[in-house]
Amino acid sequence: MDKAKQIKQNYKEMVEKASPSSNMGVNCAWAFFVGGTICVIGQIITEVLKTYGYAKDDAAMMTTVILIFIGALLTGLNIYDNIGKYAGAGSIVPITGFSNSVVAPAMEYKKEGYILGMGARMFTVAGPVIVYGVISSVVVGIIYYFFK
Amino acid sequence: MDYVNAFIVGGIICVIGQILLDKTQLMPARILVLFVTLGVILTALGIYEPIVNFAGAGATVPLPGFGYALAKGVINEVNTEGFMGVLTGGLKATAAGISAVIVFGYIIALIFNPKAKA
Repeated sequence: MDKAKQIKQNYKEMVEKASPSSNMGVNCAWAFFVGGTICVIGQIITEVLKTYGYAKDDAAMMTTVILIFIGALLTGLNIYDNIGKYAGAGSIVPITGFSNSVVAPAMEYKKEGYILGMGARMFTVAGPVIVYGVISSVVVGIIYYFFK
Repeated sequence: MDYVNAFIVGGIICVIGQILLDKTQLMPARILVLFVTLGVILTALGIYEPIVNFAGAGATVPLPGFGYALAKGVINEVNTEGFMGVLTGGLKATAAGISAVIVFGYIIALIFNPKAKA
């Protein structure tokens, strides 16, 4: 009985030692590579826009819009989810992942109707992001207004 | 050099997300909310702006960059418009992104259907 317990314990330790660390290393490498690559693509778009005379802030905003389009299109073509299988956070954290989080449920729930299916479910993830982003920005604005 | 900085900083921000994903029970939605809020706070504290200047798209493309745009918009708008800027600045600065995600998201979801799960 004790021996069985011991073996179980050993096995548990072995699993803990082996699986998460190796997986996490690989996951992080993928996240770094894919996330970094998406940012480089963003930087390339920004530089190109600057040569067309966009100011720095406008170029950054336009880059965001273009990346959102690319993320939406790749989600529609079922390419983005395949990238996500390897990239993990590398495909979730960039703005293209934000776009993916809107398109994926919108497609999924289209069959439940255009109002409460698509219209509502689009914001499953984007909604909370906008809610907390806006609230924290308003808090910052109030503090800044009174203490600037 | 701009591209190297963008790659490294963007990569690091994603790795932080991956560590949170692997080490905690946080779902992606919670991580995105956390990152946006963090972006707002770091910008307000004056920490994120230097990162943006250093890394360009490496700092504006990941979700904390969305928080950066919100906070910077509010601060600029308070400077020019006064107290109304508290309510208008954030969404004004991010209006293009939010409208784009709604319009493109809607159109793409109309055109394409989810792939049947194998």
